[in-house]
Amino acid sequence: MTVAISTMLQLRGLAAGYDERWAIEGVDLDVPAGRLVGVIGPNGSGKSTLLRAIIGLVPRRAGSVALDGGAVDLRRVAYVPQREAVDWSFPISAEQVVMMGRFPRIGPLLGPGTGDRRTVRDALKRVGMEELAQRQIGELSGGQQQRVFLARALVQEASLLLLDEPMTGVDRGTEETITQLMRELRDAGATVIYATHDLESAADVSDLLCFVNGRVVAFGAPDDTFTPNTLHATFGGELMIMTAGDHSHVHGGGHHGAHSHADER
Amino acid sequence: MAITAPIPTLTSADPVDFLTDPLALNIFRQALIAAVVMGATCGAIGAYVVLRRLAFIGDALSHAVFPGVVLAYVAGLPIFAGAMVAGALTSVAIAVVSRGQRIREDTAIGIFFAGAFALGIVLISTQSGYQRDLSAFLVGDLLAAGWDDIVFSALTGAGVIGVLVALRKELLLVSFDRTYAQALGYPVFVLELLLLLLLTATIVVSLSAVGIILVLAMLVTPAATARLLVDRFTPMMVLGAILGALYGIVGWYVSYHLGWSPGGSIVLVATLAFLIAFIFSPSHGLLAHRLRRHPQHSARRAAIDQPSGHDHVAADEAVVASLERRHPPGR
Repeated sequence: MTVAISTMLQLRGLAAGYDERWAIEGVDLDVPAGRLVGVIGPNGSGKSTLLRAIIGLVPRRAGSVALDGGAVDLRRVAYVPQREAVDWSFPISAEQVVMMGRFPRIGPLLGPGTGDRRTVRDALKRVGMEELAQRQIGELSGGQQQRVFLARALVQEASLLLLDEPMTGVDRGTEETITQLMRELRDAGATVIYATHDLESAADVSDLLCFVNGRVVAFGAPDDTFTPNTLHATFGGELMIMTAGDHSHVHGGGHHGAHSHADER
Repeated sequence: MAITAPIPTLTSADPVDFLTDPLALNIFRQALIAAVVMGATCGAIGAYVVLRRLAFIGDALSHAVFPGVVLAYVAGLPIFAGAMVAGALTSVAIAVVSRGQRIREDTAIGIFFAGAFALGIVLISTQSGYQRDLSAFLVGDLLAAGWDDIVFSALTGAGVIGVLVALRKELLLVSFDRTYAQALGYPVFVLELLLLLLLTATIVVSLSAVGIILVLAMLVTPAATARLLVDRFTPMMVLGAILGALYGIVGWYVSYHLGWSPGGSIVLVATLAFLIAFIFSPSHGLLAHRLRRHPQHSARRAAIDQPSGHDHVAADEAVVASLERRHPPGR
């Protein structure tokens, strides 16, 4: 099963979280370069923590993270946080938000050059936001805001992209734009890792699926990992899998009292 | 030291005399410069105070520098040094105590700024004639500023504004999206600490003009007024600095001609200007809001209210279909 392919991101025994209760533990992961990886798990399963621990946003408690065999160089990583994190009333335009992705390249003291402005314009065009570039960020819809954040990640020209629930709270059109962009980035050689709780789309979009519930439950191609057993081990009581006759049924939540379900592992 | 300047009356109707009369005396010219430096520096850093909601911290720092100012004053050391040390120590104490779970940051700030302020009051009460000195510290004493103080204030103010300009990208990034700044590898903690130190330096510059109690008004009012008039960060900061300086000038003239307290006059002018902008601002004023409905606002509401449809583990047909496709039943 394990073939010698170039591993871009290597996690070994990674544990991360705040205080005594760590959100993830014992994570071993080898992510090959140029793949699109969907990270799946219920709320509170540690999906976000996993992404954030890679770039040190959550304290690492044990284990190691290596990018191309070395320490993680943050200039090579673009991170798209969950949308709730920022102050939407801030007096700043969509274009200015995207420009922030160029700041590490512009360097200290200087302002953006014509090259930076062109890159920002191109990125806004790519996410279909060039018309709204001068809008204040809070005046945009949820989907439009997410596109702006995506553009901000694009202008970093990073080789590893980490997207924390980019599809949550966005409209269909934005979801398609994001999916399309993630594929294009992958095709251009970047490694893309995104967290989601949309099982169906993750299985269709991703090259590899990573099921997470405090640890890595399964990691591999969708055809190998998208199984009732994995789903149950990942989602437990939140997702009930019932086999009735010839049909599998998957239910979220716990309000279907009398279902029998497959044993864990 | 005491404000014993003759109180001029409004005898001259000539507007030129009205403006030039106060400039005849050296001491008044110095006071005017001090007011302008204070206003511009406060107005510039005020953009961060307003947008990052640092008003309470600003108030705390202004009180916390008090014991340092008094100690330096008593010992004959530069007041700036004493204030910076006291401000920095209090910032660190707040950061350390609020790191624990039991005491929240605002509580920690309340404890330490009031504690430090009390220490300052006790220290100054051991000095003879302390009532007069105390009031000079609390509400400012513009006319007491000598040339040394003015030069020092101007240099410090220019230094603060210089750092704000030099690190405009980094400070903006940290203020808008802290997490992203961290993800880009910026030293977020250092930048935030730097902002507090700049704030402390600004407060020190402002002490002679408006004093410990009123400096908060200069930290928030010009910037808040600018916020009502412009829609982007850099214009807000520039306008805040201009307004701050302008309030310094206008307030100082008011004080001169009416014989009012300089610090109080400057802050009253600032407050009045804010109220005018709050009502009449063409874009964000009370009247403008009344006169037209904001189409963006309703659009934004709709965007927020729109159900996402993907919040929960998808329990829908699609997942079942997908499972069946990958693992056909009956195999």
